[in-house]
Amino acid sequence: MNWLNPAAVGLSVRSGLVDVGEGARLFIRLVALVGATFGRVRLVVDQLFFLGNRSLSIITVSGLFVGFVLALQGYYTLQRYGSAEAVGLLVALSLVRELGPVVTALLFAGRAGTSLTAEIGLMKAGEQLAAMEMMAVDPVKRVLAPRFWAGVIAMPLLAAVFSAVGVLGGWIVAVPLIGIDPGSFWSQMQGGVGVWADVGNGVIKSVVFGFTVTFIALLQGYGCKPTPEGVSAATTRTVVMASLAVLALDFVLTAMMFSI
Amino acid sequence: MQKSRHDVWVGLFVMVGAAAVLFLALKAGNLLTLNFDETYQVAAKFDNIGGLKPRAAVKSAGVVVGRVESIGFDDKTYQARVMLQLEKKFAFPKDSSAKILTAGLLGEQYLGLEPGAAEKNLAAGDTITQTQSAVVLENLISQFLYSKAAEPSAPATPAAQPAAPAPKK
Repeated sequence: MNWLNPAAVGLSVRSGLVDVGEGARLFIRLVALVGATFGRVRLVVDQLFFLGNRSLSIITVSGLFVGFVLALQGYYTLQRYGSAEAVGLLVALSLVRELGPVVTALLFAGRAGTSLTAEIGLMKAGEQLAAMEMMAVDPVKRVLAPRFWAGVIAMPLLAAVFSAVGVLGGWIVAVPLIGIDPGSFWSQMQGGVGVWADVGNGVIKSVVFGFTVTFIALLQGYGCKPTPEGVSAATTRTVVMASLAVLALDFVLTAMMFSI
Repeated sequence: MQKSRHDVWVGLFVMVGAAAVLFLALKAGNLLTLNFDETYQVAAKFDNIGGLKPRAAVKSAGVVVGRVESIGFDDKTYQARVMLQLEKKFAFPKDSSAKILTAGLLGEQYLGLEPGAAEKNLAAGDTITQTQSAVVLENLISQFLYSKAAEPSAPATPAAQPAAPAPKK
């Protein structure tokens, strides 16, 4: 593209704006379809099984290992200051405030987001979406909205499971393996973790990430080129864009919530 | 048949997620200390609160009897104004004294409440007048240095010499 040509610059800006506008319109439609979607709750439940239950194993295992590593690394630093008992607090705060929502969102984008994009992209490539429109069935309402709301519900639950399993993993390393007193492990944690300030804001974060990741996956699938290359490019874009969006949003949300 | 099997697993998934939130709130966050017991508010004025923070514990005889609700500054007396929420089931005499203590050498600061001997009890809105400020390490050190410097130098030097090697062990 010749960037010195004003017409080419104008065209790229306009097409970029069209993409943003289409995305915003789809997002508003998906949010507005909340009533209609839960009117047919069976569709949401099926997607919830697919997005949530099937992601549970990877989330549990990753949470456990993140908890292990956090406890080991936290102990390594804290024992220099003679406050190794605070490792429980460190593990819980890092998980609940940051790592739980963020790592879950990244894994969710890789595990569930890609499959959403590929599924919808292939539906489009196989002209199933066009066929639904021919039969006066709205594909956004029938196909996209249940997946969207299932993703929004699944994400906070998965993030909570991740954090809880991570805390247990931290306990496994800290108490039986390192030999930290279990009483001070829990009491330091309970003294330092605020229910609304930490746990509540973590849940808000994970809900926002649920909206973000699921929406990006659906948008990429719905807007992809209906060819094998188009579907594969859209799947790649889902992972890249969702990960970047999650990390950038995480910074904004953290700055908003925890600095006040 | 396929559908109903999904329902069971989805239900299980939702329950596991809810249990995880509950676990984080109860076990990690200790929601139970956000006790729903009735409390009454008492104020206390300190010259210096050190590192006391809102939600710090108020302890009497080592037992948590309330929480610090908020900390403000009184620009009439130039003192810190600490609002305490004490649990209603615990009554304290009106002349109880409050002091700011530290859990461990570097631990969190909390507020210690020592009961007085008055016959009337503290009621909501009362102010604790007998307070003891937090120990500020810098003030202690400077006091120590000034008292050392104020001592006559002649007896100080022989005393300092045997004392000097002591920290090296």
